[in-house]
Amino acid sequence: MEYSNLRRQAAYMKKSLFDQGYLDEQFYQLEELQDDVSPNFVEEVVTLFFRDSARLISNIEQALDKCPQEFSKLNAFVHQLKGSTSSIGASRLKNECTRFRDYCDEENLEGCLKSFQKLKREHAVLRQKLESYFQLLRQVGPVEKATRPSM
Amino acid sequence: MATSSSSTGVDKLKNKLRALVVDDNRMIRLYMVSLLKKANVEAEVAEDGKAAVNCFLQGKTYDIILMDKDMPQMDGVQATRILREMGVKTKIVGVTSHSTEEEKREFLEAGLDDFFVKPLTSPQLIELLKDVGNK
Repeated sequence: MEYSNLRRQAAYMKKSLFDQGYLDEQFYQLEELQDDVSPNFVEEVVTLFFRDSARLISNIEQALDKCPQEFSKLNAFVHQLKGSTSSIGASRLKNECTRFRDYCDEENLEGCLKSFQKLKREHAVLRQKLESYFQLLRQVGPVEKATRPSM
Repeated sequence: MATSSSSTGVDKLKNKLRALVVDDNRMIRLYMVSLLKKANVEAEVAEDGKAAVNCFLQGKTYDIILMDKDMPQMDGVQATRILREMGVKTKIVGVTSHSTEEEKREFLEAGLDDFFVKPLTSPQLIELLKDVGNK
């Protein structure tokens, strides 16, 4: 009974992440690569993502603090971040990276600063939500497989 | 530095395609290697263009190279150009985050056979591998 409830909670949590636009189709691609040989593949990839993206966000913060700003350097950092966000299906974060890059192209510092604050918030929220999701999955165990919601 | 993933039997190895994943992002390397493994392709990785070129200088051969564009030390454009100048005929596919048309053209002109925006998906990979196996 408890196990079924946990499974339902995990499924609901994942559905919410998709419904609220935090994740997109690419996350399913990751899940499809998870198997008995790599049972924690998705969590491993996501953990790596947050480790690398935290470093990139720190680099962006330092670059924004410099005067005058090096917009091409900023753009390069965000470009890297965008590539990673796309690869795990972090949709909202990816969209914010796109907006940030647009501000970089315009050399709009105010826009960059506003966008960066939003990017950091999205990053923190996604991290917290995915950590909760994986924590729940660990309780459910290896039975939870990739399932797309029925149309 | 290039490293190999594990194989699963001599018979499979004989027919297995070999890929080189060139990307400075370890998360993306992990993703691509897993994607290739699922398609029964043996994958090695290189952290940048220079490491990729070194693989060929060491006499290694591959059926396909998945090349990122923006990398430190040596980017994908330069690495592709050098590989073609070395006479490497292997299929080279650029896999990169969104680029401008000019950047894409520069990458293609360096010697790419194809170009995809990240992330590469399973159906896209299967399509790419179709004609690689026939060469």
